[in-house]
Amino acid sequence: MTKKEMVCVSCPIGCAITVELDDSNEVVSVTGNTCPRGDKYARQECTHPERMLTSTVKLEGGKLPVVSVKSASPIPKEMLFEAMKEINKVTLNAPVKIGDVVIKNILGTGVDIIATNDAK
Amino acid sequence: MLSYDLAVIGGGPAGMAAALKAREEGVEKIVILERADTLGGILEQCIHTGFGLHYFGEELSGPEYAGRFIKQVNESDIEVKTDTMVLDISQDNVVTACNNVDGLITIKATAIVLAMGCRERPRGALSIAGSRASGIMTAGTAQKYVNINGYMPGKTVVILGSGDIGLIMARRMTLEGAKVKAVCELMPYSGGLTRNIVQCLEDFGIPLRLSCTVVKTHGRERLEGVTVANVDENLKPIPGTEEYIPCDTLMLSVGLIPENELSKNAGIELDSITNGPSVDEYRETNHKGVFACGNVLQVHDLVDYVTQESQIAGEGAAKYIKGEKKTGECIKTLGTNGVRYIVPQRINKQTDKSVKLYFRVGKVFKNVKLVVKCGDEVIMSNKKKKMTPGEMEYILIKLDTIKSLPADSTLTVTIEEA
Ligand SMILES: Cc1cc2nc3c(=O)[nH]c(=O)nc-3n(C[C@H](O)[C@H](O)[C@H](O)COP(=O)(O)OP(=O)(O)OC[C@H]3O[C@@H](n4cnc5c(N)ncnc54)[C@H](O)[C@@H]3O)c2cc1C
Repeated sequence: MTKKEMVCVSCPIGCAITVELDDSNEVVSVTGNTCPRGDKYARQECTHPERMLTSTVKLEGGKLPVVSVKSASPIPKEMLFEAMKEINKVTLNAPVKIGDVVIKNILGTGVDIIATNDAK
Repeated sequence: MLSYDLAVIGGGPAGMAAALKAREEGVEKIVILERADTLGGILEQCIHTGFGLHYFGEELSGPEYAGRFIKQVNESDIEVKTDTMVLDISQDNVVTACNNVDGLITIKATAIVLAMGCRERPRGALSIAGSRASGIMTAGTAQKYVNINGYMPGKTVVILGSGDIGLIMARRMTLEGAKVKAVCELMPYSGGLTRNIVQCLEDFGIPLRLSCTVVKTHGRERLEGVTVANVDENLKPIPGTEEYIPCDTLMLSVGLIPENELSKNAGIELDSITNGPSVDEYRETNHKGVFACGNVLQVHDLVDYVTQESQIAGEGAAKYIKGEKKTGECIKTLGTNGVRYIVPQRINKQTDKSVKLYFRVGKVFKNVKLVVKCGDEVIMSNKKKKMTPGEMEYILIKLDTIKSLPADSTLTVTIEEA
């Protein structure tokens, strides 16, 4: 049995939550939260934490040398650095529009990397 | 001289929302004056997500959030002058600006909205010993280098101040391959959002050192390292706790200052706590027909609130232009006992709407009562589980309540034990 301490980020209260995990890393109990969102957050953080990834990619022929991008939805936290490597390989040609797909299905996550700014 | 119903100074989220709202309310001749080459303001460099959760119910990046308003402005008949720096506002609402197409221009406007945003507190505002080595910059400047200009300002980084911009940059630099050695915070708590502490520092194992500051920088040409030290309860460095950290970059995230040079020159009264103009419920300053909103009025951490506040200012400006804005006796607002300030600073007794009072607290409060009083009479009392200096709070004062208060009275917002 292991215990994990965390601060819930679902709202500004920031409850201090304790999660108990058994030997196969299954959640046994969640305590300290004051609402169901805290429970959900804690379970997700312990089993498969996900994060939004934002960065920039190189831009050719534009006014600026880079254009900003994001993952269309959160990706597994442990894949952030690997995903950065893929993003840093890409060069786009201007013009680019908000929402353009920059990398389809990055690292097989099912999530696209999309442009978040217009670039001329 | 050019003539407009409304001149908006600054084309960030505040300026755009105010202009769009005024247009919606029927104001016809509107111009936005923006010194940068695009609309969008600071959001253009805030490429992280977290914008728009309240307003759009979506988690957008800064450029996406700005993009929605830029699109609406472009589709409207609101005039936009970019690359245009406003130099002066006169007593009778004449705006002087310059750009390289029109040269020096003067604009007579019935109403003006101030939406100049804020800037970061620079190194000079702190007293850190050391020479002027390169590699010392504000976190926002670093953000611009990385996200707009596309280059990395350094490889090993120490960040002073745990405001959100510093936290966001700690993650950004780490993802791009730099090593962030520590974030030092003078206060015993962070001024940043918990979410950012978790997702920008803890996720990457970056230490947050509370009650700690940088006392010296080392290196002549380029920064080579910094000396940090713990501070006591009076925020003075404790001798013997110094520690040397090698680094080539020091980023400062030590607060924002509303950009009010123009306001000051125009004789607009500023609030000594917010450093922004002192305003009424429609965000009108003491200068008739001049309104203020966004970071120039009070430093915001959520752009969603900037948009809401700016719509209030835009609506107020429209009422003023149409001659419908009520003025007269005012009720003052005052924050005490841990409530640092209140915006708006006054409410017209003749107002036509309920009013939200926005404020920040001076330290972390848990399980307290937020009480609104007029004299000794308690008007409202709300239980609060937690309030922190990092998050702006508000409390709604109903129109009936406002009507029932005597003129020239003061509404006090205060914190009491639950
Ligand atoms: C680095 C950073 C990170 C942030 N992160 C978040 C976040 O994660 N989530 C969130 O919701 N909010 C965030 N915010 C807050 C939010 O971005 C701001 O509150 C918001 O952008 C303020 O809008 P504004 O229009 O008042 O100011 P700004 O965006 O600063 O716009 C002011 C504009 O006025 C122009 N201007 C100034 N002076 C003049 C002049 N004399 N003449 C002509 N033009 C002038 C400037 O060029 C600028 O374009 C962040 C802010 C910063 C700085």
